[in-house]
Amino acid sequence: MTKFNAWNVIKNGLNGQSYWTRQWRDPEPKSSYDVVIIGGGLHGLATAYYLAKNHNIKNVAVLEKGWIGGGNAGRNTTIVRSNYMMPGNHEFYEHSLKLWENLSHELNYNVMFSQRAHVSLFHSPGAKDSVSRIYNIMRLHGTDAELWDLKTLKKNIPHLNYHNSRFPILGAAVQKRAGNARHDAVAWGYARAADTLGVDILQNCEVTGFTRKNGNIESIETSRGIIKGKKIGFAVAGNTSVLWQMAELGNLPIESHKLQAFVSEAVKPLLDQVVVYGVGGAHFYISQSDKGSMVFGGDLDWYKSYAQRGNLPMVQDVAEAAMAIFPSLGRIRLLRHWAGVMDMTMDGSFFICKTPISNLYLNAGWNYGGFKASPASGWYFADLIANESPHNYVQNHNLERFEKGINIDERGAGPDPKLHG
Amino acid sequence: MIRINCPYCGERDHSEFSYGGDATINYPSLDASEKEWTEAIFFRKNIKGFQFETWHHSNGCRMWLVVERSTVTHEIKSVKPCHPDLQRVVENNK
Repeated sequence: MTKFNAWNVIKNGLNGQSYWTRQWRDPEPKSSYDVVIIGGGLHGLATAYYLAKNHNIKNVAVLEKGWIGGGNAGRNTTIVRSNYMMPGNHEFYEHSLKLWENLSHELNYNVMFSQRAHVSLFHSPGAKDSVSRIYNIMRLHGTDAELWDLKTLKKNIPHLNYHNSRFPILGAAVQKRAGNARHDAVAWGYARAADTLGVDILQNCEVTGFTRKNGNIESIETSRGIIKGKKIGFAVAGNTSVLWQMAELGNLPIESHKLQAFVSEAVKPLLDQVVVYGVGGAHFYISQSDKGSMVFGGDLDWYKSYAQRGNLPMVQDVAEAAMAIFPSLGRIRLLRHWAGVMDMTMDGSFFICKTPISNLYLNAGWNYGGFKASPASGWYFADLIANESPHNYVQNHNLERFEKGINIDERGAGPDPKLHG
Repeated sequence: MIRINCPYCGERDHSEFSYGGDATINYPSLDASEKEWTEAIFFRKNIKGFQFETWHHSNGCRMWLVVERSTVTHEIKSVKPCHPDLQRVVENNK
């Protein structure tokens, strides 16, 4: 693998770009590995990378049913933030943001992380109080957070709809270190860096069954043959329940829902920040990509589904939400919209935990927020697999929290998966 | 758009309805163990394929329905009233 640096860029520039090598190998599966991660999304790839980097476990395989970056890694709106308040969640997402800040250097791959600020609008004194509480908790933990009054907001984003009398914009809660990254680059960067450390990335390798022995999973049946793993990790958000039942483990506190995202034609620079709002039943988030496209999304389709395609009522909902806040988008044409399947959990928080099978570990339940979490998710999942005990930050992110009554419900929405936006 | 054939109103767009959830949950008795209650309230089969699920005709007759629908293709096999007595009334009126 050729390192990206100034010298190699110049050398290849003078030689017709002919000395670059493959970004990662395409190996044949070995018969056994120390750790097998099922799911070659951002979380699986990050886990493999940190297993090799932090814990020196390099005999690792990542099994991916399709291709790297083809699932939810390529179906999100690329927002990175850490504005969480619940114990555990707050520290976890802040750690993730810190990893994002150095990720391009860490991976020797430009993930185009842009700390352009995450601006969350509020529309009523009640909403202001509520968001002030969350952002004060963040500040107490040392995370950057600030409130913008209307004057500051107007100066920074002059073209929002400030004349909506039903839901007037009163200001915004802002996290300046938050922003966007390039989703494909994150997947490719982790894959390339993990591969360099010796991890086998096995694409087009679908898991079809498990062989159990003495209560453990001994081997995994895949479309590319039988693969043994001393330890096995699930990182297949969207399809976690399917794999869970394949391992005969019963039910999970998860429902699969689909979430749509939208991208418009490219326009001149229009929006420097990530803007988010949720009021009056609407939920909307938008940013502008480096190509100039407006990238935005809203709520789930509101019914359980494993289909990776969206339905039209939500397209209309999101378009209405866009027009309510950004009337200037009215004549922009939509280029594409698509849907990804999310693990929506019963309290809106994730799982990085052990399972009833002693050599099986679970990484699942990322709801709307898997993209920003991926570096820390890989970090702490690798830590769990290597050390066999969860880090303090994720000690309650397990399947037993519901019976114990320690739900981690940021939104306070109760046990209905579709309500945890 | 999914079209749901409401037994009271006829076939309508799914945007008239709100999705409830798994229609096959059996709640345990009040003195059942915490484990059983946890299982009933928080744990789901999350079926990939045909499942029975509840929908509320919230912008129509406001009745609860049990719909048998595929979570992969969204094809609907059957729609019935949630309450068995109401199901009987609907069938007697056919």
